[in-house]
Amino acid sequence: MSSMNMIQAINSAHVTLMEKDPKVVVFGEDVGYFGGVFRATEGLQQKFGVTRCFDAPIAEAGIVASAIGMGVYGLRPLIEVQFADYIYPAMDQLTSEAARIRYRSGGEFTAPITVRTPYGGGIFGGQTHSQSPEALFAHVVGLKVVIPSTPYDAKGLLIAAVEDDDPVIFLEPKRLYTGPFEGHSTDGVKTWAGHPAGEVPDGHYVVPLGKANVVREGSAMTVLCYGTMVHVCLAAARETGIDCEVVDLRSITPLDAETIIASVNKTGRCLIVHEATLTAGFGAELAAIVQQECFYNLEAPIDRVTGWDTPYPHVFEWEYFPGPARVGAAMKKMMEA
Amino acid sequence: MSDRGKAAKAAKAEPALAGKAKRNSVPLKLRVPEPPSRPGQAADFSHIKLPAAGTTRRPDVSSKPEDMSELAYGLVRVLDDKGEAVGPWAPKIDPEILRRGLRIMMMTRAYDDRMYKAQRQGKTSFYMKSTGEEAVPTAAGLALDDTDMLFPAYRQQALLFVRNWPMLDMMNQIYSNAHDRLKGRQLPVMYSSKEAGFFTISGNLATQFSQAVGWAMASAIMGDTRLCATWIGDGSTAEGDFHHACTFAAVYKAPVILNIVNNQWAISSFQGIAGGTEAPFAARGVGYGLPALRVDGNDFLAVYAATQWAIERARANMGATLIEHFTYRMEGHSTSDDPTRYRAADERQKWPGGDPIERLKQHLIRLGEWDDKRHVAQFEELEKLVKDTQRQAEAIGTLQAGQKPSPKTMFEDIYCGEPDWRLRKQRQQFGI
Ligand SMILES: Cc1ncc(C[n+]2csc(CCOP(=O)(O)OP(=O)(O)O)c2C)c(N)n1
Ligand SMILES: [Mg+2]
Repeated sequence: MSSMNMIQAINSAHVTLMEKDPKVVVFGEDVGYFGGVFRATEGLQQKFGVTRCFDAPIAEAGIVASAIGMGVYGLRPLIEVQFADYIYPAMDQLTSEAARIRYRSGGEFTAPITVRTPYGGGIFGGQTHSQSPEALFAHVVGLKVVIPSTPYDAKGLLIAAVEDDDPVIFLEPKRLYTGPFEGHSTDGVKTWAGHPAGEVPDGHYVVPLGKANVVREGSAMTVLCYGTMVHVCLAAARETGIDCEVVDLRSITPLDAETIIASVNKTGRCLIVHEATLTAGFGAELAAIVQQECFYNLEAPIDRVTGWDTPYPHVFEWEYFPGPARVGAAMKKMMEA
Repeated sequence: MSDRGKAAKAAKAEPALAGKAKRNSVPLKLRVPEPPSRPGQAADFSHIKLPAAGTTRRPDVSSKPEDMSELAYGLVRVLDDKGEAVGPWAPKIDPEILRRGLRIMMMTRAYDDRMYKAQRQGKTSFYMKSTGEEAVPTAAGLALDDTDMLFPAYRQQALLFVRNWPMLDMMNQIYSNAHDRLKGRQLPVMYSSKEAGFFTISGNLATQFSQAVGWAMASAIMGDTRLCATWIGDGSTAEGDFHHACTFAAVYKAPVILNIVNNQWAISSFQGIAGGTEAPFAARGVGYGLPALRVDGNDFLAVYAATQWAIERARANMGATLIEHFTYRMEGHSTSDDPTRYRAADERQKWPGGDPIERLKQHLIRLGEWDDKRHVAQFEELEKLVKDTQRQAEAIGTLQAGQKPSPKTMFEDIYCGEPDWRLRKQRQQFGI
């Protein structure tokens, strides 16, 4: 066990994977010698050599496509797209290719690639360093979509993602890299030191894909969330004093519907929180499942707190961000219903 | 079972290529390009060959691309070590324009220095300097007509000074304050000015390059007379958009000037990662059938002359030109970057291409059109101008303090016309 922040945990996952399996290769923009703009791949090139961890040209479509080719050969490419906002040039390779190679070849060929990419706001990155595109990928059949919220989960989920035989989009909440963040813009920087999930095993372990984590048990309402919003929701529960059951989904494909349904059937209320825009966001999918499966146990309409349906504005970062005040207000409203 | 089915079954049982596998018995190796020097080593520029100024031929503007392909591998240089303009590319420029170019480059550097410091003081979130590359946008901008359209990347802020765009407006954007015409939406340096013919800068690399070709095609479709010019970084040429631009420009002979700003670095990756080490970026034009020029980007006169050549060609309906400007990123990538982590500490000192400001100053002095005293006076005047303008901008507001744009603008300009139900509802929830 070591105390790690999320970057260190992700780095440690790389080391664990690369030591165990020579077929794991790592590449992306600035990931080689420099170790990535967020330092997630620091030291890997020095440790494993330039053909196991290397810089890629600035061509996201090319990065994903070459990873697919390597995957078809039999490698397990673990690649980085520098920001989720820059993944779109690779959309065709991800949606038309990676996602469907197994299906269209009758199971002959597979592309077991893992695409790590930092997502989300809270760092004044403006509209091109803040987006949360998880719903776009969740909509594509054949892709798995994983979003950790702690260092412990980040390492265990990343190992599970790379060892999984399907293509996985691994979205890293960049605001949580160096510490948990409860969503108050004026909060000082907290570190992961002392947080139970900042204690991370040094060796191999797996947090299975498709297994949600009930991070706070409660009876008044179920709060479904993932990534950065897990910490925001916990803060809102504490601040409102409402006995929320906070469920960290950890992966949205595959989805742990059993845990969600059991929780909502127990509490009778469901609030869904994500940072991404509202319309056709993953919350809509969750709401559809919950109303179908838990309708007769619901005591209030399902509600969603999300980023507004606008691009992420630079100066209005905190007006846009669905922080604890908005989440808390929705919790209170739901209890009044 | 059909014959095909049987064959397929046989292939599964016994891989078709099994018998041939012995042919290649040498283990294959992957080449990963490495820069000549790294931190802890002495900077090494021995791979860079700078031909003597004036030695590159100037083909006629109507030349076929295939008849001038050697220019894609050479380097057009006009200013020699003494500051003399020599050879066939030496442009005839009014000293007034040269002085203007010098002033704009100096203004850009002073502006960059102050905005960089403002970020360090927490007055904004981010900044990017163009130090050492000022000649590329400045000379090109001055060679173009003021009505020609510009599709820049994020390091061509000097173009706005060329078009006399107010510095205060630029600073308001850096600070995302109440007077920022972009309403605080964009990351600092992502300017936009329709009035100046300066297209809104995108954070997504390379996208402008192929859009610029479309603008130029439109100008040709409409029988307009305006050209378009666009800029892209060396690293960004790896994106598909660079290649789309070259294809469309070549197919339609679009009246566009395609500029690659090769400052040798893309954040931490050296130019070899963007395009390998066997051919310069300009050489890509050859394959597309585009005339391609490779020029000394720190030589104001060479950039001006190459741009003029491309302008003449485009105005005569002979189509696009690809120009690689060979320069050097003297500073870090941005305020978020620390270049000492990936490149030799003394690179900037050892870089053999010189400083574009110093080189143009030397030339002007040699012409008898400038002197040290005027230079120092201009430097001080510009420092004061930038400082005074900064004070005005800060009196309006910075990212952290003062007046901000109205939050309700957050919901505007997403669609044309009145927002639909969901946006109206969200605005209400937001409280406006
Ligand atoms: C599509 C896309 N991918 C990645 C990035 C992240 N990024 C921003 S600048 C940069 C380096 C660009 O280098 P270059 O094109 O050489 O331009 P320079 O910064 O040297 O002017 C990278 C990788 C981005 N902005 N957009
Ligand atoms: Mg560059």
